[in-house]
Amino acid sequence: MELCPLLVAIFIIFVLQLIGEALQKYFDLAIPGPVIGLILMLFMLMVTKSKIHLDIVALRKNIITTSENLLKYLSLLFVPIGVGVIMHLQLLETQLLRILLVIVLGTVCTMIFTAAVFSKTSKKRHDE
Amino acid sequence: MSESAKLYQVWVYLQAEPLFWLTLTIGAYLLADKVYRAFSLFPILNPVAVSIVLVSTCLIFFEVDYERYFDGAKFIHFLLGPATVALAIPIYLNWNIVLRAKKAILASVFLGVIFAVSVTYAIAFLLDLDMATIKSLLPRNVTAPIAMGISEIIGGVPSLTAIVTIVTGIIGAALGTFVLDLFRIKNMAARGFAFGLASHGIGTARAMARNEEAGVFAAVAMGLSGIVTAVMIPLIFLVIRDFI
Repeated sequence: MELCPLLVAIFIIFVLQLIGEALQKYFDLAIPGPVIGLILMLFMLMVTKSKIHLDIVALRKNIITTSENLLKYLSLLFVPIGVGVIMHLQLLETQLLRILLVIVLGTVCTMIFTAAVFSKTSKKRHDE
Repeated sequence: MSESAKLYQVWVYLQAEPLFWLTLTIGAYLLADKVYRAFSLFPILNPVAVSIVLVSTCLIFFEVDYERYFDGAKFIHFLLGPATVALAIPIYLNWNIVLRAKKAILASVFLGVIFAVSVTYAIAFLLDLDMATIKSLLPRNVTAPIAMGISEIIGGVPSLTAIVTIVTGIIGAALGTFVLDLFRIKNMAARGFAFGLASHGIGTARAMARNEEAGVFAAVAMGLSGIVTAVMIPLIFLVIRDFI
């Protein structure tokens, strides 16, 4: 009997998140559990890269496809928590303009700074 | 019983059902996505922002409290954790690019994240925002699921973080091209990296639509800055907690 590939991939993603959450709780880490899960997933994919066993190759392809499909709906997943803004309308009323100023100035400065650092550090590579 | 009284009864029944709010959330998103595509991905019409406005308006109009709404919407919210784990895939698939430009990427990701967090803190502090708001603003440049996780850990308000994160993405996507042109940054990898680091997924989508190389570097920047920020901000708070 063939196992449903989607279910296996979802199972593995859930397990990695659970391990992440468990590690976070156990060691009282300051990193969110799902981010630890992300790092574990990255690690797992790299470790299994050179494995030529057919099952592992199929499983990897399956996890990658399922994850990409999940990420297609990433935007939708922010809506429920975003609607929580209705609980902060009072706070926004008094601080809205200042918050917007932080976001616009902060984002513009960060972009210029990051792009400048990147082009400075990658130019040297071309000279080598 | 009159017709309208019957309809009212049905409404009272439906609005207590989680399925109703779940369906409304998906419907609002599908509509917002359609509008977004119809206006050829115009940044201000970001589907996340538009869906939030649509659903929030409904809730305020019908006087439904957030807890009741979330009772249905939590089924969507639940997938945010697994989606965060799935963010490993774009990083993994672009790993050879990371290795090729590792010096520039390492320098930019660390300095960029430190800069992003400091500049946000500095401006918010100067504008005299309260501490809970500042904490909610700090991780705003990384992808929303990670930003919300950080916000929760350092004592911010996750739902406020979600909003400011989305607005950050929209601002970056809308102004990025203009700003980088103004400062004559022509290196496509550098431009993409700045988009991904400063405005996460929304900026990455914008970079991808304009230039493939920029898009790939944006995806790498988004993933790595998410990890680095998730480790760094809580650590800083652990250290300064004893001083404040």
